[in-house]
Amino acid sequence: MLTTLDIQAPIKMPTGIEGFEHLAMGGLPMGRTTLLVGTSGSGKTIFSAEFLYRGITQYDRTGVFVTLEERPIEIMRNVKRVCWELVELVTSNRLAFVDGSPDPVPTEEVGKYNLEGLITQIRYAVQKVKATLVVIDSIGSLFHQFSDISKVRLEIFRLTEVMRELGVTTLMTAERLDEYGHISRHGVEEFISDNVIVLRNVLAEEKCRRTIQVLKMRGDVHSKGEYPFTISHTGITILPLSAMELTQESSNERIGTGNSDMDTMTNGGIFRDSIFLVSGPTGGGKTLMSAMFAAEGCRAGEHVLLLAYEESREQLLRNASSWGIDFAKWEREGLLRIVCQYPEAMGLEDHLLVIRRAIESFQPRRLIMDSVSAMERVASVRNFREFVIGLTSYMKQARVCSLFTSTTPQLSGGESVTETHISTITDVIVLLRYVEINGILRRGIAVIKMRGSQHDKRIREFTIDGDGMHVGNPFQNVQNIMLGVASVTPIRDADHFDKMFE
Amino acid sequence: MMNPSDSQNDISPKGWRLRLYIAGQTAKSLAAISNLHRIVKKYLPEKIEIEIIDLLENPELAAVDHIIAIPTLIRKSPMPICKVIGDLSSTEKTLIGLQIKPPTNGS
Repeated sequence: MLTTLDIQAPIKMPTGIEGFEHLAMGGLPMGRTTLLVGTSGSGKTIFSAEFLYRGITQYDRTGVFVTLEERPIEIMRNVKRVCWELVELVTSNRLAFVDGSPDPVPTEEVGKYNLEGLITQIRYAVQKVKATLVVIDSIGSLFHQFSDISKVRLEIFRLTEVMRELGVTTLMTAERLDEYGHISRHGVEEFISDNVIVLRNVLAEEKCRRTIQVLKMRGDVHSKGEYPFTISHTGITILPLSAMELTQESSNERIGTGNSDMDTMTNGGIFRDSIFLVSGPTGGGKTLMSAMFAAEGCRAGEHVLLLAYEESREQLLRNASSWGIDFAKWEREGLLRIVCQYPEAMGLEDHLLVIRRAIESFQPRRLIMDSVSAMERVASVRNFREFVIGLTSYMKQARVCSLFTSTTPQLSGGESVTETHISTITDVIVLLRYVEINGILRRGIAVIKMRGSQHDKRIREFTIDGDGMHVGNPFQNVQNIMLGVASVTPIRDADHFDKMFE
Repeated sequence: MMNPSDSQNDISPKGWRLRLYIAGQTAKSLAAISNLHRIVKKYLPEKIEIEIIDLLENPELAAVDHIIAIPTLIRKSPMPICKVIGDLSSTEKTLIGLQIKPPTNGS
């Protein structure tokens, strides 16, 4: 019988799982069954448990967990690792378990049967706690327990009809064997549900990468790609990367870079919420610029977060003090926080989570990432690009002025893959280069890009000494400083190669 | 004897106790009941307790014995405890399932 619910566009039920609502346009379709498929270990049980846990604790609902593979006690133990106490929900009658796990008692099949026993148990549990949410994990187990495959399929379908009659929102998990291939193992998806979510756990570049994808969702224009997620002690966090819209208004407020010469070159400093890329070879002055940037913030009493992926804390402190900048003091005063990590330590999604947590807890106004190219080394090109998009989106949202350093492969410059990816996202790009002129190695600095503002387009020479960086005069009569081997040109060609940097 | 009780677990170990779960008076359930009576009459001692539990009337009892399939016949005593699911349409297979008869080759 058609109900109004069938004719209208599906109403969505928020799950409370971080990032999911954005992906699934509001949540799961209310009153319907959504199929959650994934290979073994892809996170189906955790996702389902979190769906129930948050539905109950955050949205004041009640639920039933139908466990067909593991016993209820095993489920409760597993999710305890993620810090959720299900026992308490059971004793307070907000959560009921239905145990459909394989019975150790020897069983024979003789003649025809159906799965009315299970359906009865579920119906009874739903009515007992007045549930609006149901999880069924996982239907593959039914195919293992019973040999009449076509009957099992029919009964699963009947189960979804019963759930619909009861008006509950159901999340049903199913197993699959390949990460990319048939949707589910037993071909149930065709008739079960118009709503299918896929969880994947792929080994890429020696790292495990978990992704979630909304494969189908009836009546919806949803994000179609795969999105990375992590599982931590707070549960699942989905990083909705490219889907994040940068709708924040840009700030017109300028802040100091830490170097007055640089401030002049940028026509008054950089904007408060910009992302500032400093690119250069090893030893080219990037670390100094970062230190100056940090110092400027600390002197103004701002929180500065320094994410270091290439050098140790001791090295950073030593470098800074060689230029008269006292990191240790600001650390003690709680203005500077240094986080050192090996890029290889975890996957990029986990790095992103660590960074976000650090930003949330420390609330910095300035952030330095030294270097973002270190991350590039440990991931695939796509993975890295997603990481950068996710990171910069988050920085913008959090209104943190960020400085990213990027190491160019050659001393004279050359193409950096990092820059190819992030140059469109960053607001300010500063290039530092070594320049060989007449047998002497000199240093050049140029502001390549500055969104929303005029800037000095000339390539200037700079020096570094015990007091820091000093930007001097523009190179005259020299070309190819940024692009390769500098050569002196008799013609005054300053305007000509400036245009190459527009 | 038919009584929908499930509280006695302490009957004398030698006595036979079977419990059949059904869900309403469906064709499958009725077939299971009549097949069961026929088999019991022919192969099992007279002194036997048979409980028939109708989940339509007592849905809360389904969880007690973890009933998923219907009909389900459970041999409660004597040991070993075992289950047969289905309408019991084959006497031979039912006896094997109840571990009254040993399994034959190919069954």
